[in-house]
Amino acid sequence: MARTSTAQRIEQNADQNSAESTDHRSRWADWWLTVVHDKKAFAGLIVLTILLMTAVLAPLIAPYDPNAMEYDMMEPPSFKHPLGTDDLGRDLLSRIIYGTKISLFIGITTVAISLSIGVVLGVVAGYFGGWLDHIIMRYIDLQWAFPNFIIAVYLVAVFGTGILNLTIAISLAFLDDFARITRGMVLTIKKEQYVSAARAMGASDYRIMRRYILPNATAPIIVQATVSVSYAILAEAALSFLGLGVEATTPTWGLILAEGRSFISRAWWLGVFPGLAIMLTVLSINFLGDALRDFMDVRESRGLI
Amino acid sequence: MYRYLIKRTFSALVVTWIVATLVFFMLRAVPGDPLAAMLFDVGDPQAAQELSQKYGLDQPVHIQYVKWLGHMLQGDFGSSIYGSRVPVSQIISEALPRTISLALLSFFIAITIAVPAGIFAAIRKNSALDHSMTMLAFLGLSMPDFWLAILLIIVFAAHLHWLPAIGYVPISQGVWPWLKHLILPSIAAGTAFSAIIARMIRSSMLEVIKTDYIQVARSKGLRKKTILLVHALPNALIPVVTVIGIAFALLMATTVVIENVFSIKGIGRVLIQGILNRDYPVVQGAILVVSVIFIFTNLLVDLLYTVIDPRIRYE
Repeated sequence: MARTSTAQRIEQNADQNSAESTDHRSRWADWWLTVVHDKKAFAGLIVLTILLMTAVLAPLIAPYDPNAMEYDMMEPPSFKHPLGTDDLGRDLLSRIIYGTKISLFIGITTVAISLSIGVVLGVVAGYFGGWLDHIIMRYIDLQWAFPNFIIAVYLVAVFGTGILNLTIAISLAFLDDFARITRGMVLTIKKEQYVSAARAMGASDYRIMRRYILPNATAPIIVQATVSVSYAILAEAALSFLGLGVEATTPTWGLILAEGRSFISRAWWLGVFPGLAIMLTVLSINFLGDALRDFMDVRESRGLI
Repeated sequence: MYRYLIKRTFSALVVTWIVATLVFFMLRAVPGDPLAAMLFDVGDPQAAQELSQKYGLDQPVHIQYVKWLGHMLQGDFGSSIYGSRVPVSQIISEALPRTISLALLSFFIAITIAVPAGIFAAIRKNSALDHSMTMLAFLGLSMPDFWLAILLIIVFAAHLHWLPAIGYVPISQGVWPWLKHLILPSIAAGTAFSAIIARMIRSSMLEVIKTDYIQVARSKGLRKKTILLVHALPNALIPVVTVIGIAFALLMATTVVIENVFSIKGIGRVLIQGILNRDYPVVQGAILVVSVIFIFTNLLVDLLYTVIDPRIRYE
């Protein structure tokens, strides 16, 4: 009996050590205060909230059907069409609003997938070491030698174009960042006393990984995820712009730009507004990510500023 | 040093071989193998038989692989499956000078802007200049490169008519026509790169300025300019070189997109067009060439690092 209570106490201690702060609520309050005081991060948060609402409420907000064609072709911005119309007489504003949905969806989904796979690979490689680590890391290193965007292009070359293949390609292209960061964190955390304590108490590998190692590795992973979402959105836009992405009926920002490309000398709005949407989104995420990085005091992530 | 050089070169070659092997097997593992599709298109079983013998498709995969590797080593990438069946090696050798011109020009424009910008931002830390530079760097990194390209075309080509909107002219037809066609693409491709380098130089300068030997130089009464340019800058550049390596890789990735916006038939456009046309020999060749560029740029940067920082000695 006495033994089990000691065991419980040690585990409790380990639990406490394993969380960076014991009081989660105050941590979120801190984070909120940081964002509110950082003008850039706050602006980013507001823009992102608006964009997310736009994405969700697209059918309600959009003044027209994004694929409805009218006879007002290549109309400059006016009261009737605030951002003008394209060569087929489709309302640009409505297309951009619907595009928000797909661009954000792809950005978030791809990062969620690559985070899940990357983190699992990183934890397994870092925790078990040995040949498993060797095999996983040789692959990750190989991918690391190339920019994510190029990997995505290579994968589209193999899988073919289309929205599903594009999503898979971007997801796989970004996983090396997560695997590397996670593995690095695991290697440090593995040596901590609370992990040894948990092991001594007979905790299973799975339990140690899930309960003691992962919670302590979250900060850099969250920061990386934020940065990655902005790069994934850029990658999707670029691939769609090149014609490697979505089908023509689905308006995404990259595709709208690609369609307008031939007409920009006569209709500047087709070249300006869709890109502005991409830039605003990416800029907001980068501002937030920057504040997050400072807040969590994370150095190692593949951010660029 | 030489041992390190040999070791690194060898591992770069191994990586190249692995990439080539992956390319070979992945492009064949995927459903919709273009050669198989071509054979079906023929319709006539005997003609199909002949074709498959001609391309060696009737042989086991490992023999095909060895043969293919042999061809690759001789620089024979096969030929495009479209039109006049131009050899891939010819397409690539025509495309490479364009890509290299674009990459180098972007690199120089970016560096010329980034280095002074980074230094000034560091000297006048927290000034209005510094803050606006930070803002510009954020913008430069958040702006999709192809959108910047489109904006440049709208302003400088479509409205002001200063520069051409698309195309490429080889340098052999005159430096100015060559440059004229490359200015807008280079600015579009170099902006993000420039932002990264400027930020890196700024933070690196700030680190160096804090060190003791700069304090010594200052207390000796040296002129500020001498301290900054002679004492601080060379040391501040060391970490920048590694970042230049990473950033150069990103620059190459950017040129793939930019070439497509400006219809410059460089290696990036060849790659994308190949993918869109499902022209596999072309895709295969382009992927290999792009990969080799990346692998050997990484190698070059690593070696350059030892030259610039004598403290670093590799085994």
